[in-house]
Amino acid sequence: MAQQTIKLEIVTPEKYVISQDVKIVMAPGTLGEFGILPNHTPFLSSLETGKVHFRDLQDKEHVVFISGGFSEALPDRVTILAETAEMREKIDIDRAKAAYERAKERLASSDDSIDKERARASLMRAVARIKLVEQKD
Amino acid sequence: MASLKEIKSKISGVKKTKQITRAMNMVAASKLRGAQGAMDAFRPYAEKFAEVLGNIADKATDEISPLLIPREEVKNVHVVMLTSDRGLCGGFNTNLIEKTEDFVEALKGREINVTLSNFGKKGRDWARKEKLTIVDQYLDVVGAKFGFTIASTFGQKLIEGFLFGDYDEVHIVYSEFRSMANQIPIVKQLLPIVAIEQPDQAAAKAEDDVYRYLPEHICEPSATDLLNTMLPKSIFIQIFHALLETSTSEHAARMRAMDNATKACDDMIESLTLTYNKARQQSITMELMDIVGGAEALRG
Repeated sequence: MAQQTIKLEIVTPEKYVISQDVKIVMAPGTLGEFGILPNHTPFLSSLETGKVHFRDLQDKEHVVFISGGFSEALPDRVTILAETAEMREKIDIDRAKAAYERAKERLASSDDSIDKERARASLMRAVARIKLVEQKD
Repeated sequence: MASLKEIKSKISGVKKTKQITRAMNMVAASKLRGAQGAMDAFRPYAEKFAEVLGNIADKATDEISPLLIPREEVKNVHVVMLTSDRGLCGGFNTNLIEKTEDFVEALKGREINVTLSNFGKKGRDWARKEKLTIVDQYLDVVGAKFGFTIASTFGQKLIEGFLFGDYDEVHIVYSEFRSMANQIPIVKQLLPIVAIEQPDQAAAKAEDDVYRYLPEHICEPSATDLLNTMLPKSIFIQIFHALLETSTSEHAARMRAMDNATKACDDMIESLTLTYNKARQQSITMELMDIVGGAEALRG
């Protein structure tokens, strides 16, 4: 039976980000962006850091920001394995901005007890989040 | 026999210790739940990754990744050692240290130069005492909350070290969490990659007939390129997995150790109370005898 929907799964080492039926998935492949519709032939691709778009059963579009991953498509499902993945609508912009300020402060301070490596990583995360929310498609 | 006052203060001291060990037990229990949650969250990723890796490993035939090729002569071995930062967790660290020691001794016996990377203070202190070369050390990782980035940045360093020829082999010593009562120290080779574990394909396919008649995967870029980007990741995954296992083991070991300590406190309080009562009884008897003796003397 030909299917009308395809199951999208986005998994990271830290959590299961998404597991739901969708109509179409667009992903940033290493050799260019590609779209996957239901009944796709088996397909493997590595992914660039970027945005995965998908349309849910109500035709609503969602964006997930991913980095360091690859995807496997089968006729009835698409699995995206990424090192990090974050849904745009779940990002709390105020929190991200607060984190950005805090990380900057910590990096600027001369206190040796502060873990600079960690502050830098959290700054990068905050910047990525803010960018993701503020930029338009 | 110690005076009544001394025994009493000893009892209250043991009671305080018991409160602390019991609190530590509960803290370890809640951290253990967190660590097990992280392991559960990681499992789907690891399983899927192994499945995909197994799928393309057969197809990438035209060029073998340098990460897979064993060195003809092994002169420099790097050992990644995982222990906890803090003690009071029974034989947990001792077991890991003994395992590492045996392994390092065996390597030295073969005239191999050994370097170490340490996660956790206990292992690092041991390595310092043994005057081993410590290349890298990470504290506050094992047993705490950590992200995948730590595994990938560290893994990247190992891979570079291997490719530049600084290390001919890389091994990792960690504790595998079998059950609450059983955590086993394990030595595993990270580099060169020994074998790509093939998932049980028959089981996966029997589950769903649909997949049996599918054509082979189209790979983009080529299967070889994909494999080459996946192999380093498989190392990161192994490191992350080892970190998770060790953290879970640490909390389980501490929980058990603190449980035993709390029980030991109970026993001690019981025996001290008995001594206290005996001493009190004895002093009452003595006083009575004094009074009776005094009365007798007065009666003349």
